[in-house]
Amino acid sequence: MKTMLKTTATGMALALTATAATAEGELVVYHWFEYMPQELLDKFTAETGIKVTMDTYDSNEAMLASLKAGALGTYDVAVPGDYMVSILAGEGLLDTIAEGELVNKGNIAPEWADPSFDPGRASSIPYQWGSTSFMVDTAVYGGDIDTTDILFNPPAELSGKINMLDSQGEVLAMAALHLGMEQCSTDREKLKSMNAMLQEAKGHWASFNSDTAKEVLVSGDAAVGQIYDGFGAKARSERASLKYAFPTQGYVVWMDNVVLLRDAPNRINALKFMDFLLEPENIAAVSNYARYASGVSGTADHLDPELATLPESNPSAEAGAGVFIEVCDEATQAVYDQIWTNLKK
Amino acid sequence: MAAGAASGGSATTDTYKEARTWLLMPAWVVLLFLSLAPVAMMLIYSFLTKEFRGGVIWEFSFAAYDQFFCDRGLFGDEGCTFEWTYMTIFWRSIWQAGAATLLSLAIGFPTAYFIATRPENVRPLWVFLITIPYWVNLLIRTVSMKFLLRDKGPLNDFLMSIGLIDSPLHIINTNFAVQLGLFYSYLPFMVLPIYAAVERYNFSLSEAAADLYASKFTTLWRILLPAVKPGVIAGCILVFVPSLGSFLAPDLLGGAKNFMIGSLIEEQFKGNAGNWPFGAAASMILLSLVLVILLIFARQQAKAEKAEG
Repeated sequence: MKTMLKTTATGMALALTATAATAEGELVVYHWFEYMPQELLDKFTAETGIKVTMDTYDSNEAMLASLKAGALGTYDVAVPGDYMVSILAGEGLLDTIAEGELVNKGNIAPEWADPSFDPGRASSIPYQWGSTSFMVDTAVYGGDIDTTDILFNPPAELSGKINMLDSQGEVLAMAALHLGMEQCSTDREKLKSMNAMLQEAKGHWASFNSDTAKEVLVSGDAAVGQIYDGFGAKARSERASLKYAFPTQGYVVWMDNVVLLRDAPNRINALKFMDFLLEPENIAAVSNYARYASGVSGTADHLDPELATLPESNPSAEAGAGVFIEVCDEATQAVYDQIWTNLKK
Repeated sequence: MAAGAASGGSATTDTYKEARTWLLMPAWVVLLFLSLAPVAMMLIYSFLTKEFRGGVIWEFSFAAYDQFFCDRGLFGDEGCTFEWTYMTIFWRSIWQAGAATLLSLAIGFPTAYFIATRPENVRPLWVFLITIPYWVNLLIRTVSMKFLLRDKGPLNDFLMSIGLIDSPLHIINTNFAVQLGLFYSYLPFMVLPIYAAVERYNFSLSEAAADLYASKFTTLWRILLPAVKPGVIAGCILVFVPSLGSFLAPDLLGGAKNFMIGSLIEEQFKGNAGNWPFGAAASMILLSLVLVILLIFARQQAKAEKAEG
């Protein structure tokens, strides 16, 4: 809540500065932390003369809370993950991009042009995508790591050395894959068994932490840790024995998207910024920095050659399918919230 | 206070009579807008209907309090049996905050005593030194603490290099790490009020006690402590209350495996649950709890003072 109040307050302060300055030269971006290189923002400012202000958040839910608490009308664009795009749209927090408003819309890679979370890309453009799985320190455990058992039913060497992301969506989606059940299940027996399975698994876990998910692996505090693929690549560069797993049961796929927010104070500049990010050269700069893939065609020439062969973004042939986190209806979600509370009580 | 002075009829207060309303304005504004209004808003929100994914619907509802006190099973459709989940979380937080307060007192009291007994001209320097770490953001200090305490961190390296221990102490992700973090976060709040009290203490009283053959312990227990008691109580309250609602130390140092009150409330606003009325209700219950504890304290104080007088 502290962060929420802080972000809201910053939002209000930003709103004041935004109205004070000329609407021509401003853009206010609401973005994840540690993601977009500053040089890219500087380049945008150099090209367009638009001054960019960036405010950051650490989870999709924190961003939603901040927008609902009154930050709407402050920011022009935000960068929600896949499922959060449909939630924001459902909450009426997004503006629609009319046909022809984005010059570079054709640059969107065909497979990302009509995603289920934003049909027809009505309000968003692709930003970066990747997967959420886990890493194992192969110096500690030499066995097969490509199974969700590592997290939920670990071998003795790894028990008590596991860090989970402190995120309900990521943990419960992985648990669903482990049990082979659908994500928004209404089957009571399956839900009960998930509840029981997690209670059991918790005994093997050392901690829940998202902010230092990479650091605990690099420092060796944890031998297993749930992590995003790009962070995983960075972790491996600092500790070579870490290996990113692609479980046969499947893994979580995510895509962050730049959305046009409703009541954006600088709508035209926001569209310019989106066009800027659809230029292969520019979005490739984000990929090179964050180590994720983009959803734009023609980036190959601008990418760090190492990215093409990253073990973290190239699943083995035996890997299960990658799945997006699904959005459940209110009654179903209530049960999952209860399971999460039971897990952490 | 102002009213009391005025009824005393002293001539000086009349000087301010006309301007009194205006002079009191800042105090009223602070009380009204920074203290009462947010609490009133929280109280109202706790009785509203939850909107899915954060926010409220303006319809009266007991649902938030029902959720706190009633266990209705995994699917929310069973009869009401008493809900222990949140009670356990509250108890755990109270216990952690209490332990952190005792730890702060154990270290803070001698520290304050030490500073207060230095020559007058160097005391400000010591106070200054105590506050230096607190110029840095709490989050950064807590993360640094995590790095110091971890199994392969500097603390364990040091202890092993001097041969005090053979294998690393496992401190991180334990309750003790949380208490250590809380203690470190709020130590100056313990030291400063006690220092202020000890500084005002007249040390000739201790000398008099010694002259009358009181042992050092008796002097401390029966002469010094009663005299600086208000400072000790203020310090304990200033450490206990923020520790109770803190979520940084439990999350980062305790491993976030178990909710504390602070993280439970945070989850309602920032997490998946998005249940604002429940977050508000839990805050109201916490606030009432703290209020009751402080009232009991205040009453006992008053009683004790009456008995002495």
